[in-house]
Amino acid sequence: MSTDRTTRQKVEAGLPRRRRKEFTFKMLGMLATAAGILFLGVFFASLIGEGASAFKQTYLQLDIELSEDVLAPGGELDLAYADFDGLVRAALRRELPDVSGRQERRELYRIVSIGASYQVRDLVAGNPDLLGTTQTLWVPASSNVDMLIKGNIDANVEEALRPLSDKQIAWVEALREAGRLETRFNTALFTNGDSREPELAGIRGAVMGSLYMLLVTMMLSFPIGVAAAIYLEEFAPRNRWSDLIEVNINNLAAVPSIVFGLLGLAVFINWAALPRSAPLVGGLVLTLLTLPVIIIASRAAIKAVPPSIREAALGLGASQTQVVFHHVLPLAMPGMLTGAIIGMSRALGESAPLLMIGMVAFIVDVPGSLTDPATALPVQIYLWADSPERAFAERTSAAIIVLLGFLLVMNLTAVILRKRMERKW
Amino acid sequence: MSMTAMTDVTPDNQAPLPAAEPTDRRVVENAVLQEVPGLVTELGGTAVGNTKSENPFMVAEDVNVYYGDNHAIQNVSLEIGKKEVIALIGPSGCGKSTFLRCLNRMNDTIETARVTGNITLDGKDIYRKEQDPVALRARVGMVFQKPNPFPKSIYDNVAYGPRIHGLAADRAELDNIVHSSLERAGLINEVKDRLDEPGTSLSGGQQQRLCIARTIAVNPEVILMDEPCSALDPIATARIEDLMDELCEDYAIVIVTHSMQQAARVSKRVAYFHLGLLVEVDETDRIFTNPQHKLTEDYITGRIG
Repeated sequence: MSTDRTTRQKVEAGLPRRRRKEFTFKMLGMLATAAGILFLGVFFASLIGEGASAFKQTYLQLDIELSEDVLAPGGELDLAYADFDGLVRAALRRELPDVSGRQERRELYRIVSIGASYQVRDLVAGNPDLLGTTQTLWVPASSNVDMLIKGNIDANVEEALRPLSDKQIAWVEALREAGRLETRFNTALFTNGDSREPELAGIRGAVMGSLYMLLVTMMLSFPIGVAAAIYLEEFAPRNRWSDLIEVNINNLAAVPSIVFGLLGLAVFINWAALPRSAPLVGGLVLTLLTLPVIIIASRAAIKAVPPSIREAALGLGASQTQVVFHHVLPLAMPGMLTGAIIGMSRALGESAPLLMIGMVAFIVDVPGSLTDPATALPVQIYLWADSPERAFAERTSAAIIVLLGFLLVMNLTAVILRKRMERKW
Repeated sequence: MSMTAMTDVTPDNQAPLPAAEPTDRRVVENAVLQEVPGLVTELGGTAVGNTKSENPFMVAEDVNVYYGDNHAIQNVSLEIGKKEVIALIGPSGCGKSTFLRCLNRMNDTIETARVTGNITLDGKDIYRKEQDPVALRARVGMVFQKPNPFPKSIYDNVAYGPRIHGLAADRAELDNIVHSSLERAGLINEVKDRLDEPGTSLSGGQQQRLCIARTIAVNPEVILMDEPCSALDPIATARIEDLMDELCEDYAIVIVTHSMQQAARVSKRVAYFHLGLLVEVDETDRIFTNPQHKLTEDYITGRIG
């Protein structure tokens, strides 16, 4: 059978080429994956390397004399006017008695954060009986001292070029040797709102703002998106109009997010007169942004429900609505939820549209409601990245780590939900 | 294949079939299914044999089905008797499933489908305006080719129909319906201790019997079966066939099948479809021993795939 042999020979002749191609493709794939992992690794390494130190903060231990003469000169304590600052300064002077002269003292006061006097005030406000006693407190050091301790300020640089003078460095050194200086976990980062002082700045306000926005977004976009998907997929007649709607939804998903911000500014703030910088408006804008994503994901999930299940239900005499709500929806739900959570995590990471509706303002207070002025985590990152202080650089990275943590949790939730709700048929 | 070519066929005296003993089945099948010139004129809208039933329950007259421009079924008239098993046979794409799906208006769910003609159930037109297809499908149940239990428990599978139609007043009555339906479907002994397990955990044959139980739970008058055994092994098939023998004491059964042995075993009458045309209808014995139409003969002797 000569033909057989030639066929076999032809096949064999082509084999090395095929193998080579396969090998090349495999190598290319591995290279691409490796490059991706490498970039990710570099990204995380630099982020964590930069941001990890922000979770620590340098604190000074001071013995603060809560003198009645200073705090309540007329015999009455007035928290608004009492000179807490003076108490902190006095404590510092007692700690370093050698410091003399106006100029030197002023320099000395700069090694402690202005947050120290707030801390003393809060202490006294919480327990007025402490008046007249001496309290030993750990108060935050100024951000420059913190940077020095963390090694971000080089003491060998010429004095005029660094934010701390030789004297200040010497005092910090003395305090450290006396055991009066310590780095501890930076709780302020999680309990405070934004601040001009890096050592007092926290992400609580931004996190709360983001949570309020996501709440609004989820309450609106999930039901609306799922309802629209069900209608388009199960009830809407297929004609030119439904085609047009489909094309437009797909296009909307690709519209740059800042355009939604402009729309929100025009409609929600200028026309509907909702408050600026409010999580309510942010949530509405993000709803517009996530709706197309949720509709598309939900339609895909509905389409993935096998027709045999629909037919079975229809064949038993279920109405179209019953088929949808008894069979299609439960089976499509994991996919819909996944789409919704992915849309939400996109919304969580969005900053551009929020800039347009005033959520980029410097807001110190932690928002307590949907209409309080607020900012969001990504916008906070943007604001901090824009600040000149060295200490904000590490806080920027820390805020990014927190944001990524939230995104990770959301995506994990999506995976877990899908795994748990998935039903085999 | 093109249906439009069929409708404006040019009259032509060629033999409807190629020479006997074909060497390549597929080629012959294509050849046959593409052109049987003159068949429409020859049948003239009436099948050979006897389309009438002694005790008609569902009557189809001049049924035409179009999927868009595709004329899938042409002038089919057929009577289905009470408590009778009728088998619809024919090569793939001949319209037997399409006809079956007309009988419970499942074609309504296909947007491009259009049905003309007259189908009555117990004397009443099922395509009349006041007829709710939902109510019709409760009377004309359906079992599909692939077992398709809901991804719910065995109990819920069977209880679903009675629930949506409000057939049971309380839980005890529902339990009763589920139990008796599973019993009649011959499944009760296998599942009575595991009613809470998902229906999809059963074997293929059990799943199909579960689907039958689910169908009879709403107490229909007619059961349509669309190749119910094509995905099952011979043992499971035998069980379903036994079941059909029992069920036909209470229900009219219309079964689409590709297995001629199955048609011979279970049915009282057989209808042979070819390219959207009903070619021949008769008692099962007569179809298999003495078919009158050449196409029927070729099909049952295996000359058309």
